[in-house]
Amino acid sequence: MSRIWMLGDNVNTDVIIPGRYNVTTDRAQLARYCLCEVLPEFSQQVQAGDVVMAGHNFGCGSSREHAPAAFLASGVQAVIARSFARIFYRNAVNIGLPVLVCEDAVLASADGQQIEVDLASGVIRNVTSGQTFQAEPLDPFVARIVAAGGIIEYIRQEGTLR
Amino acid sequence: MGTLSEEIFSYKLGRTVQQGETVVVDVDRVMSHDTTTPLAIQAFRKLAQRNGGRVFDARRSHIVFDHIIPAATIAAATLHRDIRAFAQEQDISILQEGICHQVMPERGYVTPGDVIVGADSHTCTYGALGAFATGMGSTDIGVAYATGRTWFRVPQTINIRITGTLPFGVYAKDVTFEMVRRVGVDGANYRAIEYTGELVEQMSVSERFTLCNMAIEMGGKAGLVAPDATTQAWLRGRTERDYPLLAPRDPRYERVVEIDASRLRPMIACPPDVNNVVPVEEVEHVQIDQVFLGTCTNGRLDDLAIAANVMRGKTLHPQTRMVVVPASREIYLEAMRLGYLEIFVQAGASVGTPGCGPCIGRHYGVLAPGERALTTMNRNFTGRMGDPTAEIYLGSPATVAATALTGHITDPRNFL
Repeated sequence: MSRIWMLGDNVNTDVIIPGRYNVTTDRAQLARYCLCEVLPEFSQQVQAGDVVMAGHNFGCGSSREHAPAAFLASGVQAVIARSFARIFYRNAVNIGLPVLVCEDAVLASADGQQIEVDLASGVIRNVTSGQTFQAEPLDPFVARIVAAGGIIEYIRQEGTLR
Repeated sequence: MGTLSEEIFSYKLGRTVQQGETVVVDVDRVMSHDTTTPLAIQAFRKLAQRNGGRVFDARRSHIVFDHIIPAATIAAATLHRDIRAFAQEQDISILQEGICHQVMPERGYVTPGDVIVGADSHTCTYGALGAFATGMGSTDIGVAYATGRTWFRVPQTINIRITGTLPFGVYAKDVTFEMVRRVGVDGANYRAIEYTGELVEQMSVSERFTLCNMAIEMGGKAGLVAPDATTQAWLRGRTERDYPLLAPRDPRYERVVEIDASRLRPMIACPPDVNNVVPVEEVEHVQIDQVFLGTCTNGRLDDLAIAANVMRGKTLHPQTRMVVVPASREIYLEAMRLGYLEIFVQAGASVGTPGCGPCIGRHYGVLAPGERALTTMNRNFTGRMGDPTAEIYLGSPATVAATALTGHITDPRNFL
């Protein structure tokens, strides 16, 4: 079981990891400043396996991969949103951060509730309310990258990008 | 047959490609900058042994130092040092002469029909020259450095048709605010935007850069203008390469957004989202601590000229400071020759090294808690320029210059 961290619409990458803290490749530093301005307690309190939920257009703004990397480094199990901005979504898929689109789950959940996510099937269970939801299926090409664990692993398996 | 994006992908792949298809294509150019290159190198290294440890083509791989130059901190200097070592190893010449999105086109690295990927979201700017260019994260860029390829879902397209003429005191930047207001900050997510209409046809390449730059502020994957005589004239002397003049042919647009520019007024995008747009007169009371003229949106010679004309012989309001950062060395030198920089410095502004400047809050013009800035940037996100309680308003170069003189957000029409 994992805690839900609920965020709103249009959470941009400057909010996820501000530009003044991403001048690094140090994942621990990215985790330390993840969401530092909107949820200062996040980096202290987040537990491995927790789930971030958000509204529309999650991760809009810059192309910084430090944003999904900051969630991975924080131990976040998955991000579930009503919709994602394109570059964030692609970055998350590439580096193996699970991202699910599920409008109903977000609308029926609240910050601090408990949740279970089956990444293989996309089944989301809000343990607090007992409700179960099904995330939208992945694009077939994206599903292959996700199955491999990321774009690097995908290319290694395939021998090339095709 | 199809949208400009479909035409470009069909041309690249030698077969008819349609929106919705997933394609793997060879890229013409790959770009990353000082903040995104380090993670791209990490991704590249994981694949590089397959290619003898070399990038796919050093002459078509471009690393630009623009986000924190000169290095402001030991951390930034260290990243720069490590990137320089990588560039030397790979025979890549680092470009340190301005913002990536200005320098790439200036150097002739962007031509119509190209497919270009860059590790910066505003890579969509290059669409002004009829290229399909999009921003990606570092891992995608590392993959492109290693393989020379990337994958795309060929996007659906929104057509933004801009007609009429720009009224006095209204600029391409004001048109982009109207676009974002109408389409929304995610209305073009996963989609390409094609700009057409009589006003776009009359616009300079610089103004087209401003339009295409702002495509990502609607979530757009790319922003494109079909190449024409204006494009060809701009490219003359910058590239010797032949390029195709692709154009949309019976395009199937998902949606057409009509904008009559004749009806627009100077506008401001208020914090914290770019679609929070109001006419300038609604926020004229807002006191401004710092103005910033520059960026890949509005740091070009015509932008500096507009501001210099407003500020000639005048001085900044005593409570307001001003930072000016030309988008490239070429622009900086020309602005120096034309006397614009002297006008800014005489007025009391600081003029900085060509690059991103204060746009990302890492150095040079950072905001204190509670301060307010009016800038020519493309984003007004919380905390982008410094403290998260500082507020960022966006406007045209004319509005920014007029505001520098009065200390509060000001309608530029009284100063032109």
